[in-house]
Amino acid sequence: MEDLKLELKNKIIEVLNLEDIAVEEIKDTDPLFGGGLGLDSIDALELIVLLDKDYGIKLADPKKGKEIFQSIEVMAKYIEENRTK
Amino acid sequence: MKKTDICTIENSKIVLNQQTLFESQAGNFSDFAKEAYKTLEINYPKFHKMDHLSKLAFLASEMILKSNEHSKTALVFANKSSSLDTDFKYQESINSEEHYFPSPAVFVYTLPNICVGEISIRHKLQTENAFFVLDEFDEEFLNSYAAQILQSGKAEKVLCGWVELYQESYKAFVYLLTL
Repeated sequence: MEDLKLELKNKIIEVLNLEDIAVEEIKDTDPLFGGGLGLDSIDALELIVLLDKDYGIKLADPKKGKEIFQSIEVMAKYIEENRTK
Repeated sequence: MKKTDICTIENSKIVLNQQTLFESQAGNFSDFAKEAYKTLEINYPKFHKMDHLSKLAFLASEMILKSNEHSKTALVFANKSSSLDTDFKYQESINSEEHYFPSPAVFVYTLPNICVGEISIRHKLQTENAFFVLDEFDEEFLNSYAAQILQSGKAEKVLCGWVELYQESYKAFVYLLTL
C-alpha cells in the first residue's frame, strides 16, 4: 500500500502538471480537493481517466469521484480493492 | 491611437520595449517557457497546466500587464494556426481504439480563444476579448477592431496580440493600445 501511495503521488504530480509541488508535500490524509494543491474539476476528470488507464477501473458514475479522491489514502485503498491491472 | 508597451517572444527570447527581459538556451518551447516562468518569478501554478499557445500568450501579456492595474483592458488577439498544436496532441490521445483515453486537460485547450480567457482570469479582466484566425498578422485589422472598442467606451486600453505557435515554431508580438 505504501508503494501504491507513493506511485499515486508521483502520477498526480506528473498527470496534473503540479510542477511547483514536491512528492513530500502531499500527505496521505490531506484533502486532494479544496486543499493546497489547487485542483479543479478538470483535474478530477483527469484522475478518472488515470483510474481507467493505469488501473483498469472504469467509474460508471463520475460523481463517485468525490468520495474516491478525498485523499491519497482513500484513493489508494479504492484502487487496491478494485484494480484490474 | 497610441501604441505603448510592446512585447515580442521568439527564438527563446522575451523582449519588452526593446529590452531583453529573458533569454534561454533551451532547445524547445516547453523548456523555454518553464525557465522563463521560474526566472521571471511569475508564481502562478496554473501556468503549468496551460497548453503551449496559452503559455506563449500568457508570457507575452504578463510582461505588459503585470505592472499596472488593467481591469478595463480588453483583449484582441489573432494567429494563423489556431489551436492546431493542441488539436493534434488531443487527437493522439484518442487515436487508438485499444488505448482510447481522451484527456480532459488537453481537450479544454482545443480552441485558440482559450488563451485570452487565461489572460482574463489571471488579471481579473471582465472586458471584451476576441480571437481571430488570419492568414497573416494584420495589424490594421486588429487596430481597427481595437479602435471600435476604445471609442465605444467599453475599455480604456486594448491589448492586441499576434500569438502564433505550431510545434517548435512560435512568435508572439503583443502591444497595448490607448486612445
